[in-house]
Amino acid sequence: MNFDFSDDQKQLRDQARKFLAEKCPPKAVRAVLEGKAAYDRELWKGLAEMGFLGVAIPEGYGGAGAGHLELCVIAEEMGRALAPVPFSSTVYLAAEALLLAGSDGQKKQWLPKIAAGEAIGTLALFEGKGNPSPQGVKLAASGGMLNGVKKPVPDGAIADFAIVAARTGSSGRETDVSLFLVDMKGGGVEAKVLTNLDPSREQAELTFRNCKAEPLGPASEGWSILTRVLDRAAVLTAFEQVGGADRALEMGRDYALDRIAFGRPIGSFQAVKHMLADMYVAATLARSNCYYGAWALSTNASELPEAAAAARISATQAFHHCAKNNIQVHGGMGFTWEFDCHLYYRRAGALALSLGSQSYWEDALIDCMRKKNAA
Amino acid sequence: MNFDDTPQEAAFREQARAWIAANAPKQYEEELRKASLGRTQLKGANVLDVAKAWQKKKADSGWACLHWPKEYGGRGASPIERVIWQQEEGAFGKLSAMFIIGHGMCGPTMMAFAAEDQKRKYLPPLASGEKIWCQLFSEPAGGSDVAGLRTRAERQGDDWIVNGQKIWTSGAHYSDYGILLTRTDPTVPKHKGLTMFFLDMKSKGVEIKPIKQANGQSEFNEVYFTDVKIPDSQRLGAVNDGWNVALTTLMNERMSIGAGVATGFPELFEFCSGLMLDDGPALDDRNVRARLANWAVKASGLKHTSFRAISALSRGERPGPENSIGKLVAGSMIQEIAMYALDLEGAAGVLSGPEAELAGKFQAMLLRAPGTRVEGGTDEIMRNIIAERVLGLPGDVRVDKDVPFNQVPTKGRA
Repeated sequence: MNFDFSDDQKQLRDQARKFLAEKCPPKAVRAVLEGKAAYDRELWKGLAEMGFLGVAIPEGYGGAGAGHLELCVIAEEMGRALAPVPFSSTVYLAAEALLLAGSDGQKKQWLPKIAAGEAIGTLALFEGKGNPSPQGVKLAASGGMLNGVKKPVPDGAIADFAIVAARTGSSGRETDVSLFLVDMKGGGVEAKVLTNLDPSREQAELTFRNCKAEPLGPASEGWSILTRVLDRAAVLTAFEQVGGADRALEMGRDYALDRIAFGRPIGSFQAVKHMLADMYVAATLARSNCYYGAWALSTNASELPEAAAAARISATQAFHHCAKNNIQVHGGMGFTWEFDCHLYYRRAGALALSLGSQSYWEDALIDCMRKKNAA
Repeated sequence: MNFDDTPQEAAFREQARAWIAANAPKQYEEELRKASLGRTQLKGANVLDVAKAWQKKKADSGWACLHWPKEYGGRGASPIERVIWQQEEGAFGKLSAMFIIGHGMCGPTMMAFAAEDQKRKYLPPLASGEKIWCQLFSEPAGGSDVAGLRTRAERQGDDWIVNGQKIWTSGAHYSDYGILLTRTDPTVPKHKGLTMFFLDMKSKGVEIKPIKQANGQSEFNEVYFTDVKIPDSQRLGAVNDGWNVALTTLMNERMSIGAGVATGFPELFEFCSGLMLDDGPALDDRNVRARLANWAVKASGLKHTSFRAISALSRGERPGPENSIGKLVAGSMIQEIAMYALDLEGAAGVLSGPEAELAGKFQAMLLRAPGTRVEGGTDEIMRNIIAERVLGLPGDVRVDKDVPFNQVPTKGRA
């Protein structure tokens, strides 16, 4: 058994961590959070030059063709650094959907641009409140035209193309949903930036009015493709969350060692130590679940849906737990704008709600376990 | 990243599997598989007899105490081979419960500190289960504060005379030998005045009283020492260096990571799978699903954490203090799970034993679970270990650290 990343993959992790420490310090995150820019263009360019955007894209489509374990390693570092770039929307959602269901032409058109940092992509799935479900897809497609509203769409206002889930039937089944690819520069779609929990990552509302769209994958298989995209993105997002959780834990630990109260470092008080120990436990369980998800993702194992749900649930719990208790360890300082604690707290909240909330993944996990048990 | 054995590991696994298939007491497999925390019973057989017979059989064929040297009754196997064995032994491994202290802690301590002729005399029958050992550390005045113990040993020529009391001694009532930590100098700070011995539990002056636990069973004992004579040749380590000897003992606990820790989750999921609530199957209920999912990811997190530890073992690394999380997470989890299962049964959840659903499995689990959070280090001690040894936070303030033991206060409120 080798339930760990290889030496090469660990080296890639070190390389990514070093790069991000230099190009993406907290002040770069704040520049996006507090400023007008939708994302850090310099960082995005740098990530492309490092080959990180196309790490899991095959060489034939302009990527590095390394694989998904490598992408997991990078995702963790993106999470640690809170990178203010459209990485998850472009790489986990749009690129994965293209890889799974795109035609050769669609892949040739967009994947090399993604790898080169020349195209931002996203997935337009949600229509207001609610979790992913075939019934929740109301936006209508007919005659190659889309009409309806999607929100929230991550990076929707800066995307060059979007994968859009649309209703193409009225049978009341999953097969009513189909996926479409929309060139956002082609007209027919209007984007509005929405205020959100974590302004270092943008969310938008997209309104489609007779917007021209090309099908992505077979017409009736939209929902089954979507759930596979969500499972894959869940593993990758879980790595981002674990990266964030680990960093929040480190920040709390470091502060507890430096800050003196009642004549002692506060980290010597058992109440504080135990809070940090529980943060470590949460992050460790989540990391182990993520490793299983990484294995399932990289081998395309039949266990992927269950592994993805488990990684997603525990990583969401761990990031929230570590981010909120990092603020608690910092006391009043932790609640100031000036300290970086809230950056992690915001990102933890935003990531928890992307890809469907906790209850969606709980349902997915129990359904998988039930099926396995019945078999 | 993979779950595959190396060719050597695969060959070893094959060999172990074949031997177990041919030799294990399969008539008890089903009962053992279903045994959960707080309940291991075998119909028409005494668990101790069955366990001893299985252990002897393993020893005779070289499958006992795998990682011990051959001359002491082991196999000289690598840590990873030991893990593979535990995985293959599966439910039959539950029969090892009464040997764990002897094999995991007393044996390694003897190996590190006993004389060569003693090792050859005492270790093989320990490995084969013919002799059972216990560990006499805890005392009423020192639970988590192990070094606060008061049982004293006084030198008398070639012997030591021991007086005092131990408590929470697992299996003392069926043990043949024990390792014993005593105070030999009360005028120095607590860690500096301790000495370790091993002794025959049938020695004159040793009195064993089983403790009736909260769940009605008796796994632990009080052990009283009245002028018990131990020859100096049975001293382990130097006089007043017993704390270092004890640390060796405690460190060895961590090596057993293979079989995975009991969480109660598989039992709960199985129970819920067949359960109908007033408004339909339990597994359709949003609240039930949320609770189950929360525990499911803890259980899978622990399982995969142990796989990471096994991978490290496989590379030849030693497990570190990070492996303290298993018991910490599982302890409170099993307690919550047991109560939740009873809650799902409604008012009838109050019944236990043969009257109850699943013959009282979850009721027995509920009543045994508090012990899991205390034995072998409380949740609080486990959190201290993680905070101090993994995260590098400062140790607790110890006001007795430099104070001679006989001047340390003994009462909280005068």
